[in-house]
Amino acid sequence: MTSPRRLRCGLFAAVLLGMVALLGTACSGTGPQDFLHPAGYNAQKADDLWNIVFVIATIIFVIVEGLLVYAIVKFRHRPGREAAQFHGNPKIEVVLTVIPALILAGIAIPTIRTIFELSAKPSDSMPVTVIAHQFWWEYQYPDQQVVTANELHIPTGRDVLVTVEGEPSDLVTGLPEVIHSFWVPRLAGKQDVVPGHKNTLILFTNTPGTYRGQCTEFCGLGHGFMRLRVIAQSPTDFENWVLNQQNDAPGPAKGSLAATGATLFQNGAGGGQFPNGPACSACHSLTSSPVDKAVPRVGPNLGHLADRATFAGATFDRTDANLARWLNSPSAVKPGARMPTLGLTTDQIKALVAYLDTLK
Amino acid sequence: MATAAIAEPRRLFRRPRATTGFWSWITTVDHKKIGILYGATALLFFLLGGLEALVIRMQLARPDQHVISANTYNQFFTMHGITMIFLVVMPMGVALMNYMIPLMIGARDVAFPRLNAFSYWTFLFGGLFLYSSFFLGGAPDGGWFGYAPLNQTLPSHGMTFYSLGLQILGVASLAGAVNFIVTIINMRAPGMTMMRMPVFIWMSLVTSFLLLFAMPIIAIALFQLMFDRVFQANFFNPAAGGDPILWQHLFWLFGHPEVYILILPAMGIVSEVLPTFARKPIFGYAAIVFAGIAIGFMGWGVWAHHMFAAGLGPVADSAFALSTMFIAVPTGVKIFNWLGTIWKGDLHFRTPMLFALGFVAMFVIGGLSGVTHAVVPSDWEQTDTYYIVAHFHYVLFGGAIFGLFSAIYYWLPKATGWMLGEGLGKLHFWLMFIGFNLTFGPFHLLGLEGMPRRIPTYPADMGWNFWNMVSTIGAFTIALSIATFILNVFLSRARREEAGDDPWDGRTLEWSIPSPPPEYNFATVPLVKDRDDFWHRKYVTSPDGRPVPVLAGGADATAHDDEPHEHIHMPSPSYFPVVASLGAPLMAYGVVSLQPLNLGSPSPPPNEMASIALILVGAVVALLGFFGWVLEPAAEE
Repeated sequence: MTSPRRLRCGLFAAVLLGMVALLGTACSGTGPQDFLHPAGYNAQKADDLWNIVFVIATIIFVIVEGLLVYAIVKFRHRPGREAAQFHGNPKIEVVLTVIPALILAGIAIPTIRTIFELSAKPSDSMPVTVIAHQFWWEYQYPDQQVVTANELHIPTGRDVLVTVEGEPSDLVTGLPEVIHSFWVPRLAGKQDVVPGHKNTLILFTNTPGTYRGQCTEFCGLGHGFMRLRVIAQSPTDFENWVLNQQNDAPGPAKGSLAATGATLFQNGAGGGQFPNGPACSACHSLTSSPVDKAVPRVGPNLGHLADRATFAGATFDRTDANLARWLNSPSAVKPGARMPTLGLTTDQIKALVAYLDTLK
Repeated sequence: MATAAIAEPRRLFRRPRATTGFWSWITTVDHKKIGILYGATALLFFLLGGLEALVIRMQLARPDQHVISANTYNQFFTMHGITMIFLVVMPMGVALMNYMIPLMIGARDVAFPRLNAFSYWTFLFGGLFLYSSFFLGGAPDGGWFGYAPLNQTLPSHGMTFYSLGLQILGVASLAGAVNFIVTIINMRAPGMTMMRMPVFIWMSLVTSFLLLFAMPIIAIALFQLMFDRVFQANFFNPAAGGDPILWQHLFWLFGHPEVYILILPAMGIVSEVLPTFARKPIFGYAAIVFAGIAIGFMGWGVWAHHMFAAGLGPVADSAFALSTMFIAVPTGVKIFNWLGTIWKGDLHFRTPMLFALGFVAMFVIGGLSGVTHAVVPSDWEQTDTYYIVAHFHYVLFGGAIFGLFSAIYYWLPKATGWMLGEGLGKLHFWLMFIGFNLTFGPFHLLGLEGMPRRIPTYPADMGWNFWNMVSTIGAFTIALSIATFILNVFLSRARREEAGDDPWDGRTLEWSIPSPPPEYNFATVPLVKDRDDFWHRKYVTSPDGRPVPVLAGGADATAHDDEPHEHIHMPSPSYFPVVASLGAPLMAYGVVSLQPLNLGSPSPPPNEMASIALILVGAVVALLGFFGWVLEPAAEE
């Protein structure tokens, strides 16, 4: 009679222990988007609050579930047991209402303080504008007059004031652009990119490195493939990067395969067209500086593509094989990709890839 | 009253008379039959929503998989959410309210029996309308929250089905809500004062009021969406001066009370089941009732915590952080009262009790993770990750679904007259409890590791592989538990172990009448003298405070009075509710077909006249139904 019950209690305890263990392992994660390993000021602030709340929640969890398990074991039916017939206990009820309210008030104070701290805009920050498209990121640096895509370079040790800006209309279809959300977990919490609105966010880190992130507001077919990277560099490295971006990449050597690719990029297979769509230059700019010359903006700026580790919303490593697969049929490798399947020949793809590789 | 001398009333159809068989179900206005229809339909949709979940978990079991396309994935997660919320948890709650409210308050039916039937048929047709979209060019694929302006720009007809389908389901919910409110307020048996009502009735009342005020808000948003999509209006189009944030406010002003609409009935169920199987009264009745009412009120003041990342500014963020934290107080009160209820009890671990205890254990986890969302800077990291998915599954599955299964094991014997098997019932519970934690526990970790929601796949180097696989194994364990449940129902039905009137030694009025109850429920309307009136008819309190069973024959508890002493007027069956509810889906199909096939292109719909004709036919059918309904007497001999 008691042994199956023991077994059940044991099972129950095992499950509870298992869950505690699960939560425990949360602190040992090492994933590239693990926000419990903050590397930036904003993420650190969130983590500080999390550490307080997590400890309080764990204590409450252990007490409440402990009482529950205790009651289940202690007051289980046995021959002769009689239930005590009481209807309540106003004193205990009041105490158990006031204590949680006090705990919550205790959590509320640092929470609200941090909300206001993080909303402050530092005066000497470096501005960057982030514009979200389906399904890639455009970055504009108004001070440096540089445009780039998907991989955001920032200097370490300096506040970067990110303004996320939603374009009212989709540049391809003319329909309303949709909401996206800019998130680099180890640096900062997310900020929605809302068409017609401007929101801001501070990125600050002292640690150089590559930080992964992605769009976190469902934005359609390509939502899972709208990823991004933030590359934090020492101020000197960042300056060098800016200098490189401010100048167009040198053209390919005459007569090379890459030169053929350059012609295809500008003029398509003839008359500015490929069989199923326009030449690359109809949508992609090769000029990344100054900002108002960096047009068209329909597709990502490719001015210094060969400088980047990834492409297509930071979805693919920038290898020749991946670029070739992409050029063959973008939407086959990335659902929802807006770039048409142009109907390129294998030779044209080879030439284009060779050209893209020269865009250092 | 009626005599042969009275002329036959004017009518469109001969009044249906069947009391058994197919037509009796189509034309029924009996709250018990409607409750069974509601429950059975919700369980079928539960299987569909569960299948969608299994495919989603198969797709996410490993990185870079292509089990289904991104397009199908988007449809599946959207329909999984819509199904579980609007076609499973809400109607299961309504099913239980339908069946139990009259029985628990000592009434013979609900206040508006035909409106009740109309509510069911509208719900059924709304659900079928939504699911028909799979065969008509694609199901809704913009998420259950359908954020603007994505909801306008998705090219298939899916989101038009969404805007109209949810509208139809809203009508069903409103009809049910009005009915339950009037029934609870006006039709209680003599002596059943408000503060003697079972907690489940109180929670049903609060839920109904939430529905009454929440559904009109989403109705407005859905009409705006429909106009944006079908007639190129610009409510949410920023390029034309509209604002996408408007949708978020409207949606969550409905959407957060909706969460309480989903969970409050389950809280009511647990408040009935725990006292029965602890064999003692509920601890702090008044506190638990007022906590429910407080949640009902405070639930209106927390909606923007779904929008912390939308850029509302520090003042609004702080205000909604505070309100969100403090709604945890009445929720905590309920948890403590449930603990108080089992404290020093005599706990009998029958299947309904296991599910009720599972509810309390899991809901605590969902509640605690909920508080972490109120910590805004922390929420900026958590929101739209799997951490959120973990949280609301602990509330809506660990909470609502466990509560609903508790109710099914507890009350099904009342509806059928036979018991559900205990062995398979317990197996069902344990498989579900373990499967549930395996599936949704890892979501916390995936969220903290930065896995966003609603992505159809993920790269292999993110550190998400192991827990996704565990979660998928958990999902199939849940599926196994549901198979156990279905097997249990069929085996128990074949075995027909007699339930009797009062299989659990229950406390409330529904256990004082036969199982299944006669059409009129109570042969004699009971006179209520106490909270837990039926318990007090069965037990008297000895001088030292212990309950002593009233000796057989010493009280009227077991002395049955199945045959009514007087003639009872029950409402008659009617065709008109089902006819009237056919109108809305027909009109909706007409509106869907008005939408241009390719959004953004100026091409007109293929056949405008046919669409308008279909809308008119739908309107005529609805009008026919309503006129017939109004012109026929509610009850006749």
